[in-house]
Amino acid sequence: MSNNKLHVNRIHLHFLLKQMIRIRRFEERCVTLYNEEKIRGFLHLYNGEEAIAVGVMQALTAQDAVLATYREHGHALARGLSMDIVMAEMFGKASGCSGGRGGSMHLFDSSQRFYGGSAIVAGALPIAVGIALADKMLQNQAVTCCFFGDGAVAEGEFHESLNLAKLWQLPILFICENNLYAMGTALELEQSNQKIHLKAASYGLASQVIDGMNVVDVEAAAKLACSAIRNGAGPHFIECQTYRFRGHSMFDTQLYRNNDEVEQWKKKGPLIQLTQWLKDNHQIESDELQAIELAVDKEIDAAVRSADAAEIEPVENLLKHVYTEVSHG
Amino acid sequence: MDKITFREASRAGIAEALKDDSRVFLIGEDVGRYGGCYAVSKGLLDSFGAQRIIDAPLAEAGFVGAGIGAAIGGMRPIVEIMTVNFSLLALDQIINNAATLRHMSGGQISVPVVIRMSCGAGKQLAAQHSHSFEGLYAHIPGLKVLYPGTIGDARYMLKMALDDPDPVIIFEHVMLYNMEAELPEKQTIAPMEKAVIRRTGHDLSIITWGGCLYKAMDAAEQLKTLGIDAEVVDLRCLRPLDRVTILDSVRRTHKALIVDESWKSGGMSAEVSATIAELGLWYLDAPINRVCSAEVPIPYAYHLEQASLPQVAQIIAVAKQMMEPFNASIRDPL
Repeated sequence: MSNNKLHVNRIHLHFLLKQMIRIRRFEERCVTLYNEEKIRGFLHLYNGEEAIAVGVMQALTAQDAVLATYREHGHALARGLSMDIVMAEMFGKASGCSGGRGGSMHLFDSSQRFYGGSAIVAGALPIAVGIALADKMLQNQAVTCCFFGDGAVAEGEFHESLNLAKLWQLPILFICENNLYAMGTALELEQSNQKIHLKAASYGLASQVIDGMNVVDVEAAAKLACSAIRNGAGPHFIECQTYRFRGHSMFDTQLYRNNDEVEQWKKKGPLIQLTQWLKDNHQIESDELQAIELAVDKEIDAAVRSADAAEIEPVENLLKHVYTEVSHG
Repeated sequence: MDKITFREASRAGIAEALKDDSRVFLIGEDVGRYGGCYAVSKGLLDSFGAQRIIDAPLAEAGFVGAGIGAAIGGMRPIVEIMTVNFSLLALDQIINNAATLRHMSGGQISVPVVIRMSCGAGKQLAAQHSHSFEGLYAHIPGLKVLYPGTIGDARYMLKMALDDPDPVIIFEHVMLYNMEAELPEKQTIAPMEKAVIRRTGHDLSIITWGGCLYKAMDAAEQLKTLGIDAEVVDLRCLRPLDRVTILDSVRRTHKALIVDESWKSGGMSAEVSATIAELGLWYLDAPINRVCSAEVPIPYAYHLEQASLPQVAQIIAVAKQMMEPFNASIRDPL
């Protein structure tokens, strides 16, 4: 499966598989809950791209900062936000990880340095640059990891941010999740040069392109990059080639791509790929796989029950958190 | 006591902040080696070094966003935007991130950034370097908007802004930079969010801020010789708006004239007018009046530029008219 397989063991591979299954099943349940109108607003699924968030998170420590997009359920769960607070946020409840004010697209947990959940394409990149700048100035030994899609590459903020990151030699890891479509517009209809990693290289960043469907490859690349960044090598860029198996959000008839293409990519999917490798190499028994699925189902059931039962934010608190509350005592 | 300029007062405020707090740094286009487009930061690079006086590339969204991110990360950045028109390139960062992150995260993320920008007309810089967009920023919940119009405020409001845990925008009118006055004592400076009555009077309230403050003060002096005693209210902070001081003044004078260098339509003067109409209508003895800029992008030619801006003579004319018995026919709806 990978040149890096020697670095990983059976237990760790099972852990990676479980993390990816958690994200996949969590989102599948979210679709059901969306249809039941428990979850509203936009719902962008990470289905097919799970290996990226799970792989990259293995390279990060608690001191590191993470920024993601509106397609960030997977990143939040992989970072360590509990399913309970993420599901409660999807339900718009007070106990949600953003107090019911963010929803699916704006998951936050400052205690884990998980800075959201941005729904402006490329809008989080300058913020990531600033957080990395602060960490550098404060001499915190931290990496800022910023996830975004191929659509962000067309935005000016992408280019401004890469330039600043390299100019200031910041400890930042840019992860481009290239799923080939910016919503419904194919990469070749958007980019004069579709080799995204070369754009990063042109700013002087260490840059590479990898198979984003292979969680072990992703983990290995992220670990190497983070290790270099921690040693002062400056910003790194990884383009992960991936594919979104479902529509952009819940309202997408997918007129812009054909079924054959989707089916071809599904065969290379991150869950199938890892499960098959583990089976072929006798590294997982079917009862072990079943146990993972069962444990994940239980976790999701508990999260849904808890979100359903959770209190809503009182309307009296509507204006809370617009400004910092200053005590007048 | 020696006089100092508005520019020197602003610079002294920045220097003090840099000296007192190692988390403070200044970032912006040409703030270092060039000394600042309006020379506000001149000399600071020599005193504080390139780690704290950072020349940014011409990438407003990038470096304003970086300032916001650095504030989230524990620093206290002062971001300078060369002119308010350039801030439009950073609106995404200011509105979608700085103003919203605290609320959108359920109160978890603080953004203690200060963004300074020069603004206003009078230097024949035409339609992309002369505007007044403070009303646009004052529209946005999550931001605080300051507009110092005096030497004292130029010197001391920055510190108050840096002490505030939320994002603060500070406007500096380009025509004020060379203005000279004695620096008042620090303890005489009102809190950041309070409007200040710069001149008391009982015949009418002239409500203004920033670049128009001295036009209003001039007009009030001249009105005095005509037997009209005008009060001048300096709003200083446009968000949150000190409605109490506005209404207190109007309750005493019974007449409100708002002077705003921006356009009338949908602007800050409209918000102040609506506040008085909603909460103070019964105090009024005359309709609310406004002297604002003509509804045109600011032109280059001197005579056209001046014709587009509020002028002392206009303020006097409107104030005199307001003291006459009300005549509906003299009000031009345009």
